[in-house]
Amino acid sequence: MNEVLSTSQLGNDDNVDLVQYLTFMMDDEEYGIEILSVQEIRGWESMTSIPNSEEYVKGVINLRGTVVPVVDLRIRFNLSKFDYNELTVIIIVKVMIDKKTKIMGIVVDAVSDVYNIEKQKAKKAPDIGDSETKNYIEGLINVGDKMVVLLDLEKVLLI
Amino acid sequence: MKKILAVDDSASMRQMVGFTLKNAGYDVTEAKDGQEALDVARDAEFDVIISDVNMPNMDGIELVRNLRTLPQFKFTPILMLTTESGTNKKGEGKAAGATGWIVKPFNPEQLLTVIKKVAR
Amino acid sequence: MSIDLSQFYEVFIDESFEGLETMESELLNLSPGDVDSEIINNIFRAAHSIKGGSGTFGFNAIANFTHVIETLLDEIRNGERELAANHVDLMLKSIDCLRNMLRSIQNNDEQESQEANTLRVQFEAILEQKNTTDDSNTSNSDAVATQPESNGVASKQTKIQITNFFEIKFNPESHVFKTGNEPLFIFEDLAEHGELSVEANIKGIPELDNLVADDCYLGWTINLDTTSDEETVKSVFEWVEDDAEIEIKLVAQFEDEIEVESELDEIEASKHEPSLTESSTSVDLASATPATTPESLPTDNSKQNDSATSDPVKAEFRPVQKASTDNKKEPTKQESSSIRVGTDKVDSLINMVGELVITQAMLNELGEDEQIDHAKLLALREGLAQLAHNTRDLQENVMRIRMLPISFVFSRFPRLVRDISQKLDKKVDLVLKGEGTELDKTVMEKISDPMVHLIRNSLDHGLETTPERLAAGKSEAGKVILNAYHQGGNIIIEIIDDGRGLNTEKIRSKAIENGLITEESVLSNQEINELIFKPGFSTADEVSDISGRGVGMDVVKRNINALNGTVEVVSEPNKGSTFTIRLPLTLAILDGQLVKVGNHIYIIPLVSIVESLQIDMSKVNSVGGGMDVLRLRDDYIPILRMHQLFNHPEACQKLQGGLLVVVESDNEKVGLLVDELLAQQQFVIKSLEENYKKVDGISGATILGSGSVSLIIDISSVVKMAGLKRAGHVGLDFDKPLSEAV
Repeated sequence: MNEVLSTSQLGNDDNVDLVQYLTFMMDDEEYGIEILSVQEIRGWESMTSIPNSEEYVKGVINLRGTVVPVVDLRIRFNLSKFDYNELTVIIIVKVMIDKKTKIMGIVVDAVSDVYNIEKQKAKKAPDIGDSETKNYIEGLINVGDKMVVLLDLEKVLLI
Repeated sequence: MKKILAVDDSASMRQMVGFTLKNAGYDVTEAKDGQEALDVARDAEFDVIISDVNMPNMDGIELVRNLRTLPQFKFTPILMLTTESGTNKKGEGKAAGATGWIVKPFNPEQLLTVIKKVAR
Repeated sequence: MSIDLSQFYEVFIDESFEGLETMESELLNLSPGDVDSEIINNIFRAAHSIKGGSGTFGFNAIANFTHVIETLLDEIRNGERELAANHVDLMLKSIDCLRNMLRSIQNNDEQESQEANTLRVQFEAILEQKNTTDDSNTSNSDAVATQPESNGVASKQTKIQITNFFEIKFNPESHVFKTGNEPLFIFEDLAEHGELSVEANIKGIPELDNLVADDCYLGWTINLDTTSDEETVKSVFEWVEDDAEIEIKLVAQFEDEIEVESELDEIEASKHEPSLTESSTSVDLASATPATTPESLPTDNSKQNDSATSDPVKAEFRPVQKASTDNKKEPTKQESSSIRVGTDKVDSLINMVGELVITQAMLNELGEDEQIDHAKLLALREGLAQLAHNTRDLQENVMRIRMLPISFVFSRFPRLVRDISQKLDKKVDLVLKGEGTELDKTVMEKISDPMVHLIRNSLDHGLETTPERLAAGKSEAGKVILNAYHQGGNIIIEIIDDGRGLNTEKIRSKAIENGLITEESVLSNQEINELIFKPGFSTADEVSDISGRGVGMDVVKRNINALNGTVEVVSEPNKGSTFTIRLPLTLAILDGQLVKVGNHIYIIPLVSIVESLQIDMSKVNSVGGGMDVLRLRDDYIPILRMHQLFNHPEACQKLQGGLLVVVESDNEKVGLLVDELLAQQQFVIKSLEENYKKVDGISGATILGSGSVSLIIDISSVVKMAGLKRAGHVGLDFDKPLSEAV
């Protein structure tokens, strides 16, 4: 389903479709997620860890009475660990996972920018590197002289 | 505005009758059995009374009989809602002083047709 | 105007379910041969309302079916027929069938039911037995709830327009006004059918002195020129036919050739140029058009032709019915999510919120002060205490909204007990106590099945057969008592029978046979009895139709445990057994013990805690495989190191002096090693799965006063995680797979 959706979006649709992306930094790399899925951005806070969970699940936080799990994207993407600092943020996103809407948090180094992106111009990720990480990537796109990695959040957060 | 008292122990029938009549511009008072209807009617006036026959506490026949003893309801049209196919319930209702009857099942339009017959 | 009847469906279905419940419980109160007329009346009324409503709202299958039930009840009510046991059985089956039909409506399914048809045939067979055919004829014709009028359809097809001239003599009895009927209205109705003239007969008017103002002394002769037939004309007098002398005479008839789709005007015109069909009527014709009379009524042109006006009206009727079937889905959706709440509960909530607002205002005022002196501090504290009090009250009352009396569950058991005892050929008296005891709707929905199972078990295994009872010097009828009451934050439900009691010896040998215990195991009778809750345990010598079939007490227990509840059995030979279910009143709130494991705070449900103690190493034995057990009185308690299970290496590792929370799960005791015991309090349960997934050893989450999340420990899951293996004695048997309920 996701596969079909993303390829058709990347395909040769003639309409110019501008989609807003929120980008953030990790390891000097810029990643983008569709802004429509972003609920809010919070500073780093301590959280309750979940016993025997995968390392990238940092724990759960209380979001106004709702228990929300938080995923550290650095660890999820097998990047080097990084101490949380005052720039570290938790982006709260709403995603459809297994046909259910879930509210989850992702920990990133810092929020960067918001871009209008022409999805059709995104290129497929090259067939190299960590194959697992590659699965999370919807496409690559150039914004000015920078390259932004567009993420498929549903796959990233299928945990 | 014509005032109608609708009496039925079934909430759905009461709602249906009430809703239909209110929609048609009548002022409707509802009661859930004969006793409640009689209590309401004692100090009020209605242009038409519609009542179910089978009800707890006080049935429709008893209600008609009691209403007819009240001066303000001496000539008031009182209609019975009845599913009885036989004539005995109709006869009993008539004997007690009912004006006429509406045979269930009926639909809102039929109800209004009958009401128009007596409330003019 | 068309009214969407579907808006009344939900109310109709709700009240029909209630009506069926009334019918069921009243039927169970009936004893054939000794019929209480009030009970029969109640049953009849319920059936009658369902029939009336279903017919009105277009659920004809239900209307037709209920009709035969109603007919039978009516005959019994009127003393025309004696109530027989098979009548009750048949009606009980019909109630089940009707419930299914109502559910079909809710689910927007086909309401026609094969079962209903079968049952209806049985009813009709009963009805035929004594009464003659004409009764069953009326039942059929009356039951079919299609629109009755069918005149006019034929006349539309035919090209012959028939005009009738009627002479009607109408002499009402003097009391006609007192029936609320008005002759003038009748004339107006007649005028709708055609051209009308009315002549009053004033002969009956007495001298003024003898005249009673309320009486009617007039009679009328009416001439009607109409396309309607005699039946239709007669129907106008339907309401007064018993209160008047009515004579309708067809004096002339004309036939006109007309076109089928002809305009109203043409029909009108053709009527005025009648061609005589029968010469003999010519004389009568003259009298049918009389000269002006004092009371002749003006006729309204637009209403003149009935066959022309009635068709459009009927066309309007049909879409209404169609629309109603199309909209059936709606009530279902609302039904499952709605709850009926007593107004007292709502009122009390409104009061509480009012108080809360006052407290808030008071605190607000204090907060606006720039300086807080000692007096104000005291006032502030008082305000906060009040706020805490208000909040607690409010919470309790909000919880009460979801509470329903347990009679909702209990009410289905008289029927169940009746059916089963019939099958088992045992006499059983069922006693219900504490039916008004309230509990959460969700808990209620989930406790019903385990209760059914326990009751079946009591009837099947608990109670003796009648000969056995008599031999034991007991009353012929066995007794089963269902009792419910509140205790603390829990509801206790007891299922008590006065049967033979549990056979401890048999349970023991069976348990040895199944390897649950060994020959050497030393167990008290109570401990042996509790073995019946073990997975795979079934004491029935042969699998019976009633209980057995693999669904054992273990499933009952597991289901109750899943509700954070417990079930116990106490039994005395030849005196009977008591099963006690203990449940929290609601699933939304949990009484818990906060514990610390390393830096992490967890919650252990209070209901499962047996005791907490400090470990005395002299009582700890290692049984290999890294498993330690603590001897506690007669028990050996396996020690589960929570820091290991939850992977918190920073926690205290030592057993010596460590804190052990002894908990019970699935009838087994285990000790959880923790670092610290903190407060006990109530928690609002939050789902962890909603945004995450199921986590081993955790049943949910809650939010602490500090605002941080804390996880609730799932005892039975933790026990499974620990992978406890059988260690040679009862209490450590966790490796048996839990058989699933079929």
